[in-house]
Amino acid sequence: MTADASTDIILDARNLTRYFGGGYRFPFGEMPLIRAVDGVSLSVRRGETFAIVGESGCGKSTLARLILRLIEPTGGSVRFEGREITGTPPEAMRRLRRDMQIIFQDPFGSLNPRMTVGALIGEPLSVHGIASGRERDARVREMLRLVGLRPDHAGRYPHEFSGGQRQRIGIARALATRPRLLIGDEPVSALDVSIRAQVINLLEDLKAQLGLTLILVAHDLAVIRHTSDRIAVMYLGEIVEIADRDSLFETPRHPYTRSLIDAIPVPVPGARAARTLLQGDPPSPAAPPPGCRFHTRCVYAKDICRTDRPALRDIASGHRVACHLAGELQAHTLPAALETVSAARQRRVALFAGAQGIPASNA
Amino acid sequence: MWSLILNRILVAVPTLLLVTLFVFALQRLLPGDPLLTMAGEERDPAVLEHLRHLYGFDRPLPVQFVIWLREVAAGNFGASLRTGEPVLKLIGQTLPVTVQLATASILIAMLIGIPMGVLSAVRKGSWVDYLANIISLTGLSIPHFWLGIILILVVSVELQWLPASGYASVFDDPVRALQTTIMPAFVLGSGLAATLMRHTRSAMLEVLGLDYIRTARAKGLLPRAVILKHAFRNALVPIVTLSTLLFGQLLAGAVLTEQVFTIPGFGKLIVDAVFNRDYGVVQGVVLCTAIAFIGLNLFADVLYILTNPRMRS
Repeated sequence: MTADASTDIILDARNLTRYFGGGYRFPFGEMPLIRAVDGVSLSVRRGETFAIVGESGCGKSTLARLILRLIEPTGGSVRFEGREITGTPPEAMRRLRRDMQIIFQDPFGSLNPRMTVGALIGEPLSVHGIASGRERDARVREMLRLVGLRPDHAGRYPHEFSGGQRQRIGIARALATRPRLLIGDEPVSALDVSIRAQVINLLEDLKAQLGLTLILVAHDLAVIRHTSDRIAVMYLGEIVEIADRDSLFETPRHPYTRSLIDAIPVPVPGARAARTLLQGDPPSPAAPPPGCRFHTRCVYAKDICRTDRPALRDIASGHRVACHLAGELQAHTLPAALETVSAARQRRVALFAGAQGIPASNA
Repeated sequence: MWSLILNRILVAVPTLLLVTLFVFALQRLLPGDPLLTMAGEERDPAVLEHLRHLYGFDRPLPVQFVIWLREVAAGNFGASLRTGEPVLKLIGQTLPVTVQLATASILIAMLIGIPMGVLSAVRKGSWVDYLANIISLTGLSIPHFWLGIILILVVSVELQWLPASGYASVFDDPVRALQTTIMPAFVLGSGLAATLMRHTRSAMLEVLGLDYIRTARAKGLLPRAVILKHAFRNALVPIVTLSTLLFGQLLAGAVLTEQVFTIPGFGKLIVDAVFNRDYGVVQGVVLCTAIAFIGLNLFADVLYILTNPRMRS
């Protein structure tokens, strides 16, 4: 991911760190230090869809908020369009928010229940002096139409909408100021599975239409498999692998990435058996294991993994991984079991075919 | 919403019945007979008997209660046993006094308590928060009557800035009304300000932790707009409800302060009536207070509905 001069980097994070807690607090004594985000560096190219993936509690949402400076980093820097934003004074930061917006995970809690949808979407327009009065109303209606809602919905309150509709409102609100960078912090994980695709497709369409750069945060690879250009995998506050989408799915190098890919539901009976699923819970970020943070759950772990912390290194063009064994481990092959069919299944299929009077091979 | 109001009024009837029954029974359990003083030095049994019959005290208690209820339903609250003045007239004289004091007190409480609560929530853990906590705890801990006495000593006796006692209606003499009301109102308001501050603080902290506050910040709103427009407006509901209930308490509970500042209000009326076993007055006053309290509760509920889009149908 070494950016050559020709690529246009819209967002560049260096060594971003955020700790929570720590210190002595009377009368509770020493508070545990939570390393939510621990030295994350990444670059996002203008116009791409960049995905950040990891389990619950791996720090991906914290990272998203750090990028927008909705929370202050403990250390590190973020540059947006070449401009350092970590030290930006509040007023300038406030104006910058026009260009970088976020969609939150919870479509229910993230909309002020006392404001009409029109007021919610229109508020950023007046705050940033983009439009007011009738012009603002027109813009609000246009935004509602853009996300597939009816313009006359502007007078309603958030509670009158379903989850999917509310998330559309959230998208309209985020896009009202015509930002150049849009972060989706698990934008669909609170939605019914049946409408996730709708919202993701909407985001993709809008991205193409408005020339956005999209950062998607997700907790599984299934959601972002078809939409992202590049993917960063996070584990316990660190990026363990970062690669182009195809490269990551075809040759995942980090054992953790492999288990995430294996966790994607495969719509083929019998395929489940061949998958190696991750066991146990991630260790507490208050007491991360020494060495490689993944070694406690890694089936390949060796002695070096327990003592030395692996650095993120280039393993192929545009493919970086933080694993001591990335070079030694064979390129991962997708579950071979997809093709092999169990004897029991063959029997069932034959029975079914017999009953239906069709050749078993077609069933 | 109209169904709620109707519903409340229907529920209010048994509540008021219970309250009056309770007060009626308690009063009659108290030792002492108001007629003894009326019967004069000799306490002639014949005179006593005559008086008892005249006031209906020779009838069984349940019958007395029902008679009282019937009269009240017809709008007749009876007269004071001591002075012979109609109960309604006494209430009409004292209620405006107490309402004026209570209004001034709640205004002072809100002016002090709400900004202090908002500030300490926004600056949680800072010296502002600690200072606000210390002030509010002090306000809660100081007895009203003591604060009143000290204020009279300092402001009236030593500095001679304000009159120590008395009353004037805002409508008759606004200047004098302000002079006589501000000290007792401050005494009552300072205690309530502490309660209001604590509630405002916790309501604000709760709202400030919600997702849509983060949304508002992400929009690029001014911090002031986030706090006032998004957080405070949503935190206002419990604050308004509490203020209304506190106001109800003030109507009935300013007894000590009214004594200290010799204000001829509701509290003074009821205390005097209880000491004199002035049955009719006590019952009338309690009934009025209960009606006011229920009315204020309903008012708070209606406000809650009006300010909450989810409750509007």
